[in-house]
Amino acid sequence: MLQGKPLIDFEWILEHLDDIGESILQHLQLTVLPLVIGFAISMVLAVWAVRQPRFYGPVTVVTGILYTVPSLAAFAILRPIFGLTLLTALIPLTTYTLLILVRNIVAGFHAVPADVLEAAEGMGYTRRQRLIRVELPLAVPLMLAGVRLASVTTIGLATVAAVIGDSFGGLGQLITEGLQTFFPTKYLLGAVLSVVLAFLADALFVQLERIITPWSRAGGGAR
Amino acid sequence: MEGVLDFFLDPANWTGALGIPVRLIEHLYISGIAIVAATIVGLPVGLYIGHTGRGANLAINLANIGRAVPSYAILVIILPLSLSLAPVIGYTPEAGLNFLPIVISMSLLAIPPILVNAYAGLRSVDRDLIEAARGMGLRESQILRTIEMPIASPIIIGGFRTATLQVIATATIGAILASGGLGRFIFDGINQGLAGQPSIYAGAILVTALAVGTDFLLSIIQRRLTPRGLRVGSRQIRPWRQAAEVPRGGGEVGPGFV
Repeated sequence: MLQGKPLIDFEWILEHLDDIGESILQHLQLTVLPLVIGFAISMVLAVWAVRQPRFYGPVTVVTGILYTVPSLAAFAILRPIFGLTLLTALIPLTTYTLLILVRNIVAGFHAVPADVLEAAEGMGYTRRQRLIRVELPLAVPLMLAGVRLASVTTIGLATVAAVIGDSFGGLGQLITEGLQTFFPTKYLLGAVLSVVLAFLADALFVQLERIITPWSRAGGGAR
Repeated sequence: MEGVLDFFLDPANWTGALGIPVRLIEHLYISGIAIVAATIVGLPVGLYIGHTGRGANLAINLANIGRAVPSYAILVIILPLSLSLAPVIGYTPEAGLNFLPIVISMSLLAIPPILVNAYAGLRSVDRDLIEAARGMGLRESQILRTIEMPIASPIIIGGFRTATLQVIATATIGAILASGGLGRFIFDGINQGLAGQPSIYAGAILVTALAVGTDFLLSIIQRRLTPRGLRVGSRQIRPWRQAAEVPRGGGEVGPGFV
């Protein structure tokens, strides 16, 4: 099926730039929404688990099991329930972020030195002030590391959603259609673009981490 | 959910080339080869970097790159290569594409955790212990084998746990390219529409059970390991409590351990 034809049909790519651009935008939507929702849920779970440490175990077990469910199955199981709506793609993509995010947010809170917490208390901070002004900023590097890993994972998993139907769009759509029509240009393009997107997201979060935590690169800092 | 029970009770699903046992073996086969391949690549590199402290940045960056690469994309990118290799390695598209894309893609997925944990494990070993061993005249290979690896083994095994869990769960996507494994119950179920739902659930349950079960087994190995040593592809590892004794017989460092 490959003989005689070049592997990549560049003319096709040039003719379909608009569609490709739209696929990329759809893919970003499939990535950003689960990340935002997943982060909100994880933050609640993590704050809860930090305050009530006995819940941390159960939370990681449940999110861990959700994480282990094969992505292909998760999408397929939700299809009869929500049909080929965006929810069918968004729900699993969101649940897959939870384990990574909860773990990293909790680790972030635990990384805050006890002295700092005591100092904040001594300065008369309420529990909420301490959380917002002291703990959150200090937990940011580990949290961002979690978001970075979660975003990269989500970009990859979002391509799988297209296997169960053609209404989610995104780069997975290009892959699925390419595979179904034995058209390497299309599936390779979808795959390569999703890799590129993953790398860009990774690089973006590395930069973001440098920018919003200036203290962490001030050369050692704490004495 | 009744359909799922029926699926498991149907004897037809337990026999033949499309039955659960065969698919399970295929799944273990794919995952096993991928973990072994990833170990051959990742473990020596991780141990070398951890022992010498050289090239740490490079390795960690490579591992991060590996982590950022989506498995499904790799699977698809390798497809043309394995199609053209198919006549050479003896697979035909008709016989259910082949295992090459999924094995390669799963190996790449497994390398980062194995490599990074081997590195992090060795780095966590108290430097004084290593200095003392060096002072006692142990060779570098002996230090690695009798001191660093046993002490680091829980962390090293942790890397294998992560890798194995990810590989078993992710290997299901091989089914999209008509590869074997438990993912076939899911993918074939998807293609049957509503009637395929029991098959999808059954596939998901089987994969999750296999992943969780394997992880549980590895966690027992991990726990028992400090007193008894473990067998991450090497019989030479000794319990670290014995590490203070002069190791008997010297012996070569096994293949795969630098």
